[in-house]
Amino acid sequence: MTSLINQAFKNAKKENRPTLLTYTVAGDNTKKKSLEILKSISNYADICELGFPHNTPIADGGQIQTSAYRAIKNGVKINDVFSIAKNFKKLKRNKPIILMGYYNMIFQYSENKFLEKCKKVKIDGLIVVDLPYPENKGFAIKCKKRGINFIQLVSPTTSKIRLKKIIKDSHDMIYYISMLSTTGGKLKVSSKKILENYNKIKNQNKSKNVVIGFGITKKTIKSLKKADGLVVGSAICKEITNSIKKRQNIVKNVTNIVKGLKKEII
Amino acid sequence: MKLRKKIPLIDQHDKNGFWGGKFGGSFIPETLKRPVEDLTNKFQKLRNDKKFLKKRDFYFKNYIGSPTSFIKLENLTNHLGGAQIWAKVVSEANGGAHKIYNATVHALICKAMGKKYIVGDTGAGYAGKMLSMAAKKFGLKCKIFMGVKDIKRQKPNCEAMRKNGAEIIPVYSGSQTLVDAVSECMRYWVSNCDNTHMCVGSTVGPNIFVKICGWSTAQISRELKKQLKSEFNKIPKKIKLINCVGGGSSAYGFWSEFIDFEKKQIELIGVEAGGPKKSNLHAAPLSRGAKLGILHGAAAYCCQDKEGQIKETESISAGLDYPSVSPIHCFLKDTKRARYTYATDEDALNAYQLVTKLENLNPSLEPSHAFAEAIRIAPGLSKDTIIIVNSCGDAKKDRDILRERLGKK
Repeated sequence: MTSLINQAFKNAKKENRPTLLTYTVAGDNTKKKSLEILKSISNYADICELGFPHNTPIADGGQIQTSAYRAIKNGVKINDVFSIAKNFKKLKRNKPIILMGYYNMIFQYSENKFLEKCKKVKIDGLIVVDLPYPENKGFAIKCKKRGINFIQLVSPTTSKIRLKKIIKDSHDMIYYISMLSTTGGKLKVSSKKILENYNKIKNQNKSKNVVIGFGITKKTIKSLKKADGLVVGSAICKEITNSIKKRQNIVKNVTNIVKGLKKEII
Repeated sequence: MKLRKKIPLIDQHDKNGFWGGKFGGSFIPETLKRPVEDLTNKFQKLRNDKKFLKKRDFYFKNYIGSPTSFIKLENLTNHLGGAQIWAKVVSEANGGAHKIYNATVHALICKAMGKKYIVGDTGAGYAGKMLSMAAKKFGLKCKIFMGVKDIKRQKPNCEAMRKNGAEIIPVYSGSQTLVDAVSECMRYWVSNCDNTHMCVGSTVGPNIFVKICGWSTAQISRELKKQLKSEFNKIPKKIKLINCVGGGSSAYGFWSEFIDFEKKQIELIGVEAGGPKKSNLHAAPLSRGAKLGILHGAAAYCCQDKEGQIKETESISAGLDYPSVSPIHCFLKDTKRARYTYATDEDALNAYQLVTKLENLNPSLEPSHAFAEAIRIAPGLSKDTIIIVNSCGDAKKDRDILRERLGKK
């Protein structure tokens, strides 16, 4: 049986467009609100990434840091993250959801317990920012056993040999980091160059779904629409921050952002 | 878990970079894999390159001012009436602290790698000050990441950094201290690793940074070993080496040559920052039983909550104010080769006052933690016991804190 993640890519391909992936932090700005956001934006997003907030996020830029700090400050715990995911899945059974975060949170929860919980609430995939290949091999196998996609990251600094090995050990989806940057940096590489690198990955194994993330906004998303999928995170977190500041309807504003992003790639 | 003899502790890790199978490693984002690998290979080459070693020794001697002196603290010894108290005055090193060893080596590596930019983190400001000095010396452009709280409390070092032409990047996130400075510095490196070298200011961070720093500060114990032999004609029978531990770079440097000795002959005592007496906050993960966790790319005992969020720490000493600790100290703790304890802010201040009153020595608040332990145990020990404290920093940088807390100029 094909995974929901694979299915999402297939569906988008049929419509001749890239898959749209969103990233929000669980519990930003409250548990209730973040579930509402998720429910609403998933009408436009194909796959939803949900961050479990950590207070020393070494690979995240300002926007996602702010979201994570806000969620933690509002008392969000890891079990809240699971309950948000669970409630979301109750309503949208077929919408793939990917949890994303830092390894210490998983380590403290204990790997096996964490993965069992993921399986129980029907998490489709996992991204662990600071658990690179090959150290993640054992963990990736554990994921696979439970039918969870472990998503490998690849960056412009990944060497050719390494790339081959990572792709060989990857599951349904690979995440290409567009440039040397933390999340939400300004896109400092041309779309052409990014797609060139993207093709190098894609050409190794066409059956893998490769998404591009980091620095993607409404302005830049169109130029990358040849990719299998595109991830937008910081732009969404930024909108949450702005809506809070302006005391506007967060759910509505964020949904509009995602709707706008989708429009660019149809 | 076992220590091996005749192999430097920094090299006693497995192929994934773990000491004792569980401390250390390299928990880094994919983007940093390549630069870390490049650095690892380069360092491996350089440390076996005679020309590079000659260069290192030249700068250690002529630039840093090795060896630093080894002196007996007669008055303090007489005052306490027990063990002899000696000090290795590492604060005599150029710049006023042991951080210059690591900074100099990193600048030399940066040059050897053909990179023009160097970045580093700092808490007490010593790592930053030394890196800015070394950068200036070797013609590198330098950025220092420093928490806003530390910028305020360690002004003299900030002034020095700016004078050396370094740019201080204030870090506003989180607790605004060292932990956030390291995070921000790593983020900067993720974004600029193609032309920038990163120096981690202590024996913390991904495996390779622990190694480079330990390799650099090991100079301290190489000197001490010689000095002990010339002072006592042999290595004495009862020695206690007392060192403060924040990240643990000076302690490792102070101990590295002596780890193979029997504990009965040379005891290693690490003193962490216990924080204010009436506070629950501290920076003492080893001595107060913190759980194993992952911070800044390494697995180590780490002050954190049940979920794995890193806890805020508090200490009067900015240089020790860090929630985690070097993986090699975790390894020394679990193999029981070293003993770890803590001193409170008040203990450190009292020790500072006693030492400066009796001796012509001006230890900063970090080694004052080590002196506190020396003062505590000395009276109960025999006269042939040799306590040696690594006086690894000078108190000039603590001017403002000392004035505030002790009304001192």
